[in-house]
Amino acid sequence: MEYSGVLVVGEQRGGSVHSVTYELLARGRTLADKLGVSLACVVIGHRLEAFGREIVERGADVVYLVDDSSLEWFIPRRHSAELAALIGQIRPEIVLAAATTAGRTLMPHVAARLGAGLTADCTGLDIDDEERLLLQTRPAIGGNVMATIKTPSARPQMATVRPKSARPLPRDPGRHGEIVVRAAACDDAQSAGERLLEFVRDTSQDVSVQDAEIVVAGGKGLKSRDNFKLVEELAGLLGAAVGATRDVVDLGWVGYPHQIGLSGKTVSPRLYVAIGLSGTIQHLAGMQTSETVVAINKDKDAQIFRVADYGIVGDLFDVVPELIEKIKTAKNARLAGAR
Amino acid sequence: MNLLVLLKQVPGTSNVKMDEKTGTMVRTDHENVINPLDENALAAALELKRSIDGSKVTVLSMGPPPASRALREAIAMGADEAHLLCHRGFAGSDTLATARALALAIEHVAGRRLGPNDLVLCGERATDGETGQVGPMISAMLDIAVATYVRGIEVKQDHVVVERVVEEGFERVRMPLPALVTVVKDINQPGFPTLPGKLAAKAAPVPLLTPDDLGLTRDTAGLTGSPTRVVQVFRPKFARDTVLRRQDSGGAAVGSLVDLLIEKEVI
Repeated sequence: MEYSGVLVVGEQRGGSVHSVTYELLARGRTLADKLGVSLACVVIGHRLEAFGREIVERGADVVYLVDDSSLEWFIPRRHSAELAALIGQIRPEIVLAAATTAGRTLMPHVAARLGAGLTADCTGLDIDDEERLLLQTRPAIGGNVMATIKTPSARPQMATVRPKSARPLPRDPGRHGEIVVRAAACDDAQSAGERLLEFVRDTSQDVSVQDAEIVVAGGKGLKSRDNFKLVEELAGLLGAAVGATRDVVDLGWVGYPHQIGLSGKTVSPRLYVAIGLSGTIQHLAGMQTSETVVAINKDKDAQIFRVADYGIVGDLFDVVPELIEKIKTAKNARLAGAR
Repeated sequence: MNLLVLLKQVPGTSNVKMDEKTGTMVRTDHENVINPLDENALAAALELKRSIDGSKVTVLSMGPPPASRALREAIAMGADEAHLLCHRGFAGSDTLATARALALAIEHVAGRRLGPNDLVLCGERATDGETGQVGPMISAMLDIAVATYVRGIEVKQDHVVVERVVEEGFERVRMPLPALVTVVKDINQPGFPTLPGKLAAKAAPVPLLTPDDLGLTRDTAGLTGSPTRVVQVFRPKFARDTVLRRQDSGGAAVGSLVDLLIEKEVI
């Protein structure tokens, strides 16, 4: 049987479908339509019955819910056996998963089982019209350049995709799709000794910079931890999350959960304000899909201006305080107007 | 306990050259270092060695001849034995071909299939490729348990309990041995070479392994044994109509920005 179709690996967390699943469906839909093939989605876990409908409405033609109590928590060997079994059965030409801690573990495991090609952390996916091959684009070599990778003959072509690098499709209640609920296909004897003892929810470190509508990010140009407070003050004023470059995190001014870029998080907010950061490709890879980008930098040739909608060339230590004052004034005027 | 640590030598700076034809990295001898997270993996292995009598730490790497320096550095820090997969036939390997070679080398060096006394450790990802794929791939090829993003390891009788950092907190996971763990920065602070270690490093042999030694052929090693191909490398172009203003004493540049923020309904 020929390999045909696109398979998206969904994720569930805390009893619901994780939104990254819908981002993958949007990516998968585009690829499947270009190829003229169907789009399937698989979720592996437990108590999944309720998930199928929305996955169809977000773009899937077929949904496989592999539902078993032994699959409730992510055990790589066990989940990998199930995914490999499904791939063996439906033989998709393309398999996409999210570049999350689970996806980045599961996909290499499955690729090794199948001898398939796998590309990590893709930010762009497309189809080569002539050869009908998946073109996988990712930042490479320390984030200095982008590389496009393809898998000429091994199948399936597999990729993990950065969360928040695409927008989900809106729900379409009129969409039709098939929902297949099935039990675990594989014997778990071999991984019987592996189990989750405890999951401790700890979001104290998490600033959910990925879910923020507005992100204000700072770079080395702030010069010190103390000055970085300017970024935090502006963020507070705009109800924004604080982002930072890798340099700033390495210097210890803010924690790793704030890091935006190739080795940190990818964000796609409505507004991204970049302050005192030059815009390495590694950083741009994490924010270039933002809707509106504002940049403040003293170097007019800084790369960040190339992805900015509005840029101010100037000393941030003059510009940012002035901006903070003017925003306060504007807010006060609005409040006064409301009264 | 048998502790096997996988090390990658990576460029110390971000100035990496590229082979325009194959799109793969050209490794030169300049300022290469041990991948930082692999140093954490080594430090974790050395810590286990200190607490469990009769333990041995073996380090393995794949790379050109200068990569033996990274392995000697590991010996200087306390590793007992080092092996380097080094041959033209390995050049251009993608993550799958790299994992295949390292998985075979692990069993080759151990002289057997891994057993309940064996733990493999490596960094969660390398700073150059940043894929984090090789660790889980090796575990699948060896058919042993795996835990990624590990920040703590406790060795019990015949199993380990590890702490894994995930998006919304952390997990404590029990795994039987043999197993492979990929570690994150939080796990420890890597130490420094000792004087006896430095002396041992000078004298230590670093045997080389070739594709032949591992039973690999042109179809299973190096670029020709890799399913993926880099087809294009480019500097991204960005398409935004940028309005660029110079900061001015009148405050017009900032004023227009505030207008934009109001228009976008963020204030």
